[in-house]
Amino acid sequence: MSAIAGVDAASTGPLDFGASVRVVRIGGLSLRFRVRALLVSIALVVAAVGTALAALCLGEFVLTVPEVLSAFAGTQSGIVETVVLEWRAPRVLGALLFGAALGVSGAIFQSLTRNPLASPDIIGLSSGSYAGALVVIILIGGGTFMIAGGAIVGGLVAAGLGYVLAYRDGIQGFRLVVVGIAISAMLGALSTYLILRARLEIAMTAAVWGAGSLSRVGWTELALSAVVIAVALAAVAVLAPAMRQLELGDDAARALGIRPEPVRLSLVVAGVALTAVVTAFAGPITFIALAAPQIARRLTRSPGTALVPAALLGALVLLLSDIVAQHLLPQPLPVGIVTIVVGGAYLTWLLVREARRRP
Amino acid sequence: MTAPAAVVVDGPPRRMRRRRAVGLVCAVVVLLVASLLSVLVGSKPLVPTDVAHALFAPTGGDIDRIVWELRLPRTLAALVVGVALGVAGALIQAFTRNPLGDPGILGVNAGASLGVAVGVALFGTRMPTQHLGFAFLGALLATLVVLFVGAIGRSADPIRLTLAGVAVGAVLAGITTAMTLLDPSTFNQMRGWEAGTFVERGLDVILPAVPFIVGGLAIALFCAGSLNMLGLGDDLASALGAHVGRTRVLTVAAITLLAGAATAIAGPIAFVGLMVPHVARWIVGPDQRWIIPYSIVLAPILLLVSDVIGRVILWPGEVPVGVVTAFVGAPVLIWLVRRRKASGL
Repeated sequence: MSAIAGVDAASTGPLDFGASVRVVRIGGLSLRFRVRALLVSIALVVAAVGTALAALCLGEFVLTVPEVLSAFAGTQSGIVETVVLEWRAPRVLGALLFGAALGVSGAIFQSLTRNPLASPDIIGLSSGSYAGALVVIILIGGGTFMIAGGAIVGGLVAAGLGYVLAYRDGIQGFRLVVVGIAISAMLGALSTYLILRARLEIAMTAAVWGAGSLSRVGWTELALSAVVIAVALAAVAVLAPAMRQLELGDDAARALGIRPEPVRLSLVVAGVALTAVVTAFAGPITFIALAAPQIARRLTRSPGTALVPAALLGALVLLLSDIVAQHLLPQPLPVGIVTIVVGGAYLTWLLVREARRRP
Repeated sequence: MTAPAAVVVDGPPRRMRRRRAVGLVCAVVVLLVASLLSVLVGSKPLVPTDVAHALFAPTGGDIDRIVWELRLPRTLAALVVGVALGVAGALIQAFTRNPLGDPGILGVNAGASLGVAVGVALFGTRMPTQHLGFAFLGALLATLVVLFVGAIGRSADPIRLTLAGVAVGAVLAGITTAMTLLDPSTFNQMRGWEAGTFVERGLDVILPAVPFIVGGLAIALFCAGSLNMLGLGDDLASALGAHVGRTRVLTVAAITLLAGAATAIAGPIAFVGLMVPHVARWIVGPDQRWIIPYSIVLAPILLLVSDVIGRVILWPGEVPVGVVTAFVGAPVLIWLVRRRKASGL
């Protein structure tokens, strides 16, 4: 083997062995990871922790890092403890958790449909959630949990309808996408009409919800969503190897011992759960599910879907966007507006840089 | 993209060609009926003899005014916008080879919306005639930025252009949303414009946009053959004598002119450009020289029928056409994608 490689190297220049890979074996468990992906992930974790600290310090009432840390240690009391633990911590944790959920969800759908434009939105999830929430806000009128319920029902009905209508002797990526577009178009039209007919103030409240905001995230909301997200992420971790093999096509995956339909259905359910729970409490925060997997893939130069970097990147981007939305703009805006602008600008910059480097 | 493209090189059998021609003629008949319905139906229903009087012997009465000032311009708007959106959709799907392709994907809709929002918020525009210029300018500038980002340093690679369109479009849409959420009166104007409607679109709104649409159509028909070859892949297309780079640039120019002008007239009507080329492709197969003519006829049918339904369904009130197209088109699309073996491009 090495002799053949040597001949090749001599005749065609240095041989490219691909990305460097390390394998760790602990007892019967074996973990294979790519060095660059690991380094990128570590850098993202460090950045996320740093940003979280900054987010806890910033606000009308500016704190120092030691003050924040002591609040967590329980040695601070009074106003500092309230500000850090009651006001800022749920929102910061929510941003990290929701961002990670959206990043993974996007990666799943892009892998399943093999389309870089795919996100949970395309099977009608976000538009369903938005329409459900609008029905509650405009037609019924209700509080946070009523709206969350409406959003979950709307999203699940839309996604379930999409899956059922696209099912015919199994799910095919293309059909799922087209049916999803159709359902999204209908629900989007319904939302447009509801907004158009509502009184201006109510319509604007609904539009703020529709832009996606973390301002309603408290400990209760966080705890509820954390349970769902943890279960879904665990399922995705188990299914991840099968998902990579599905990327090779159904026939190849079958040959490798995967049953495509159950795997695909489980992945769709996990992805839907991840997005639905985020949308229920924060509104449809756009673009993270779409951009995080793409950016992660470019950062790690990974050939397939990079789930962990996508999650970390989603968390970091959502937290950064929330800081910008709250503190750096002349007037606080829903975080969804910042994610869409920041994510879009970053993707633009990546494209330009890529073109400059490899003309 | 797949095997059926080989058929194109040999030319389809005569029987198939005749069937396609007959189908096109039938579609044109349906289009004429839909246009007639669009003139007859409304908050004041008319009978054909009323319309005949109004057209050939106008006396200046109420019915004549309804026909000449409301129904005819509205029907014309649906025809013009439909043709433009249908062809733009066919071009973008052939060009990106992506069934998710929508004329809005190169940033046209996002740019037009931002243009109108800027007009409303900074210049106080209120009328469709005033929105027209802002929308078209916004669409044009947005597409130029997308082209610059997507094609920098190399020829216009469709995947990069699509990503660039998504990225730039997202930035623009975010800015538009921010502008509307910060100012209730802008929000109020924009929620009407963004629904997509033919109400108050008189000749003064339609005619300035027509030259752009005619130009875009001419380019589209000129490119149709080359786009077929591009579907086989760049290398094979060059070998067959297609100018890959030139075709791409012309296609993008046509998409911008068509989608930009259509959006400027009626606001964003997103679903038409996406759905109609799919339907056309299911009828005629992957030949752009047939897909484009079918799209020219089918898209206005969808818009006219939707507009008529929008006038009837909450009579005497109205539902904007952009809302109805989704509810008319989506079930058709679902039915088609379930019925046939789904076609790629």
